[in-house]
Amino acid sequence: MTLEAGGSLKTGSGTGTSSLGSLFKALNSGTTTSRQIVESCLNAIDKRDGSIGAFLHIDRERALQAAEASDLRRSTGEVRGPLDGLPISIKDAICEAGQPATCASRILKGYVSPYSATVIDRLNAAGAIPLGRVNLDEFAMGSSSENSAYQLTHNPWDLTRTPGGSSSGSAASVAARMVPGSLGSDTGGSIRQPASLCGVVGLKPTYGRVSRYGLVAFASSLEQIGPFSLDVFGAAALLQTIAGHDPHDSTCVNTPTEDYLQTLDTPLTDLRIGVPKEYFGEGLDPEVQKIVEEALAVYASRGAKLIPVELPHSKYSVATYYIIAPSEASSNLARFDGIHYGYRSPNFADLESLYAASRGEGFGSEVKRRIMLGTYALSAGYADKYYVKALQIRRLIRQDFDAAFQQCDVIAGPVTPTPAFKLGELADDPLAMYLSDIYTIAANLAGIPAISIPAGWTASGLPVGLQLQGPVFTESRLLRAARMLEIDRPWIDRLPPVAGG
Amino acid sequence: MKYDVIIGLEVHAQLQTRTKIFCGCATDFTPDAPNIRTCPVCLGLPGALPVLNKRAFEMAVKAAMGLRCQIAHFTKWDRKQYFYPDLPKGYQISQYDLPFSHSGLMEIPADPEVAGAEGLTRKVRIIRAHLEDDAGKNVHDESGRGSESQVDLNRAGTPLVEIVTEPDLRSPKEARMLLEEIRLLLLYLGVSDCNMQEGNLRCDANINLHLHHDSGITTKTPIVEIKNLNSFRFLEQACEYEVSRQLKTYGHLEEIADRTKRTFGYDPQRGVTIEQRSKEEAADYRYFPDPDLVPVIVTADQIQLWQADLPERPQDRRQRYQTQLGLSPYDAGVIIEQGRAFADFFEQIVTHGAEPKQASNWITQEIQRILNERKCSIGEFPVSAELVGTILKKVSDKQLTLKAAREALDALVSYSEENTVSHETLEKVIQERGLAIVQNDELLLNIIQQVIQKNPKPVADYLGGKQAAAGSLLGQVMREARGADPQLVKSLVTKALDALKSGNS
Amino acid sequence: MTQPQQATETSPALPLSDVARIARLARLKLTENELAIYANQLGKILEFMTVLREVDTTGIEPMISAVPCENVFRDDLIVESLPRKLALANAPKTDGKSFLVPNILG
Ligand SMILES: [Mg+2]
Ligand SMILES: [Zn+2]
Repeated sequence: MTLEAGGSLKTGSGTGTSSLGSLFKALNSGTTTSRQIVESCLNAIDKRDGSIGAFLHIDRERALQAAEASDLRRSTGEVRGPLDGLPISIKDAICEAGQPATCASRILKGYVSPYSATVIDRLNAAGAIPLGRVNLDEFAMGSSSENSAYQLTHNPWDLTRTPGGSSSGSAASVAARMVPGSLGSDTGGSIRQPASLCGVVGLKPTYGRVSRYGLVAFASSLEQIGPFSLDVFGAAALLQTIAGHDPHDSTCVNTPTEDYLQTLDTPLTDLRIGVPKEYFGEGLDPEVQKIVEEALAVYASRGAKLIPVELPHSKYSVATYYIIAPSEASSNLARFDGIHYGYRSPNFADLESLYAASRGEGFGSEVKRRIMLGTYALSAGYADKYYVKALQIRRLIRQDFDAAFQQCDVIAGPVTPTPAFKLGELADDPLAMYLSDIYTIAANLAGIPAISIPAGWTASGLPVGLQLQGPVFTESRLLRAARMLEIDRPWIDRLPPVAGG
Repeated sequence: MKYDVIIGLEVHAQLQTRTKIFCGCATDFTPDAPNIRTCPVCLGLPGALPVLNKRAFEMAVKAAMGLRCQIAHFTKWDRKQYFYPDLPKGYQISQYDLPFSHSGLMEIPADPEVAGAEGLTRKVRIIRAHLEDDAGKNVHDESGRGSESQVDLNRAGTPLVEIVTEPDLRSPKEARMLLEEIRLLLLYLGVSDCNMQEGNLRCDANINLHLHHDSGITTKTPIVEIKNLNSFRFLEQACEYEVSRQLKTYGHLEEIADRTKRTFGYDPQRGVTIEQRSKEEAADYRYFPDPDLVPVIVTADQIQLWQADLPERPQDRRQRYQTQLGLSPYDAGVIIEQGRAFADFFEQIVTHGAEPKQASNWITQEIQRILNERKCSIGEFPVSAELVGTILKKVSDKQLTLKAAREALDALVSYSEENTVSHETLEKVIQERGLAIVQNDELLLNIIQQVIQKNPKPVADYLGGKQAAAGSLLGQVMREARGADPQLVKSLVTKALDALKSGNS
Repeated sequence: MTQPQQATETSPALPLSDVARIARLARLKLTENELAIYANQLGKILEFMTVLREVDTTGIEPMISAVPCENVFRDDLIVESLPRKLALANAPKTDGKSFLVPNILG
């Protein structure tokens, strides 16, 4: 028996899974079991992942055992919450004890983590089932999956196109209905951009809302782990499960987590939506613009006010980001040195050449480019000119948001300037690739939460997302706003070709 | 040619917390069991994050307060980046531009051999004390070629306080004395065991010379940093060697073009310093704020509380023993150097009635002797300071002679092997052994009369003019009157004999 | 959004000696070819960064982190360490007790 999109149940066909919300209901009503859901996911992966390339590693036995344990709990009335028994794919940069964590890098080939990230512990405690480890751009650096050392991930809506990145496998595995949810990480848009390009919900929490303990660090001051889901309910349930204070992460705040599920179906009244003019200028694909504007019209029809706001420093966010993120990355990736774990090159004569050869051969070209850039920006004589300057502009970018949120509750706009581009299209032009992050990066610099929700499809059938950004710790508001669009314009029934759409 | 020696120190002391600075791994380990105290954090595993040990911070503050440093209101953590196998993260978490403390002062007696310094106090300014994590340990195979080094990460992540001084020291001996003084301070504050064999206290010395040429020109030699000196002797020797090396290399030069700082190590076997890193590879540590940690903000109230809680510094105690207790600088120094428990014991003896000078003599001689015999520390001394003080009070009250007091202490010590020792025990020992000074002259006079009667021969000799004959009489009286004050006995015996003499004549 | 001016084809490459110095600092062995490519790309990217110079940041406090947290501590309590076997499990070379590296003094 399998679940079809929209929560309708079919038996035996194995063509796909549904949203976390409908599976939750199906489990509760007893029309399916966790074991059936997991089996159906595994079937879907067997059928589809050959052409998608989302999964790097699957531990079937463990998943099936966990499903049986969940079914047992359900039979004795000990259900742990809305995710109990539901399979979730995990970006291969989030560590799980006993599982590989390659970060899609050659340098971590064969690496098995001896410990679990806090978010994994929380998923397990909630009864959710980490089903498999999914592809990414190496060390989360990239926007297309092309920087993975292992495989390309393809967009389920058009296999010749990128699913986005860096959480490529997370977005694609959910969009292709191979799993109902996923955990990814967002350093400069790495959840929202692939969510948008794949037509699923993706949320980047406020910096400090979710523990980073166990997330292999790329740019520590910018990144957060966050959920992917087909539906807003799933994103809320996943966030509910992983959010909250963690004594293992000094930057994870101690403020209480809201109940994201309780308020989810209550539409926001008198919603003030800020629309920055900077987000609708040169470089924005007209079709994307049209879809975003239509989504805004939906909100207006539900009583929201659209308010023009200004984010004058947003045009500096790409340059600012590509100084800060590589600077932190150059330091965070120093630990991959061929000494204590990971790849050691056989081509060395002494200690220094062991380091240089292992790192030179172990890292891919984008990772090396960013390490070079960051090392340069932090090096003697350049730090003030680049690194410190970028941190100052970062504050101005944050102040822009603070000022804008005096006038509005959320800021809306596109997630990406274009729909999914062709694999290979931007691969040789790093700067052009960096510019594709133009709308997502500022939220990371400012530390504010942001969500990408499916807003529509282009004429050629490519999904386009709407981005909503809010003040810090307004995840609940963003999820409710997202749910308003989902109720008005449900997207879940639209299936990608690979899943029978 | 005259010259000045200019030395500044960077002292690293391991703080004696139970756990490492950023993770819960225990800090108790030995070199023979490598890599048993590691976790994802101190192994630098992908995804692991540091969380600051509160006690490490508080101990570091204590150390800095002992160094009379100002405690910063705001402090943060920076990454110091370099590659080495004992540094699994590829960076050390340290403090760069905003250390938690700065602007302290230590004082030592100036080296009298430095011209014009005799009798002066050397004031050594402390630039800063900051907190950081220690590296692991590389065990080198120094014998075979082509062999490998072993890396043990047990020590990686233990908390270190780094103390940086201004170059205010003027001789290798002063450098040594300052390090000894810092060690004493950290021991008294209870923040470090300062075990130098285990590398828990080590230092780098920055040293150069100001050469005053006969021509009137003064030149400065390039600063050399001698790394990782782990004994007082090595510190002094390395600096001495470096003084002579720099004199030989630069002494004849009235102009030194290249004054780039250089890094040396010290080879104690050969007694020489050896250059470690060549000039062109000057380190570029790319310091930047660690985004995994948050700042520490300390309020003025908190600083006041900590200050009030700070144990007395050994330097202040040494001074107090001289001014309040009247000890000589030497005696005060000897007691202070034995450590805080020893000095505390001394003070308790005084509190319980001993004369300070007497107490000082006793703790450095009698008690020290017993400690040596029994190979134990002052904490394990079987007789309480209160009892020792009581014994010494009896001496000053003329109830016991010093000799009897010693006997009483020895008796209590041997008694302690099977029993607990109390005031009752002390009284019993004095009673049983007749150690109390015979105060009753009547009794003593009786004994003297008996001895005189029983010994007509020496009495006659004495009366015949042989003064020495009194000695044997004295001895007999002392034997009969155990615990009698020898001075008193002597005067009474002489008086009795002289009475006979005048009676005869 | 109004995008900042893109670097042009004629953007100056970073001097090769700078690229080599940075690669050494970062312990990255790069081929001649890689050095040349990075010199070119880094030159372009750094020129793109010069857009930041037009922003007056006088008196602006650098924003190191987005969390306004401070004084986050842990208590000095022992947590069990990893068994040695697990600590060494991912190491490229060990003797069962320690990580092995080429002789550092050699
Ligand atoms: Mg240091
Ligand atoms: Zn540890």
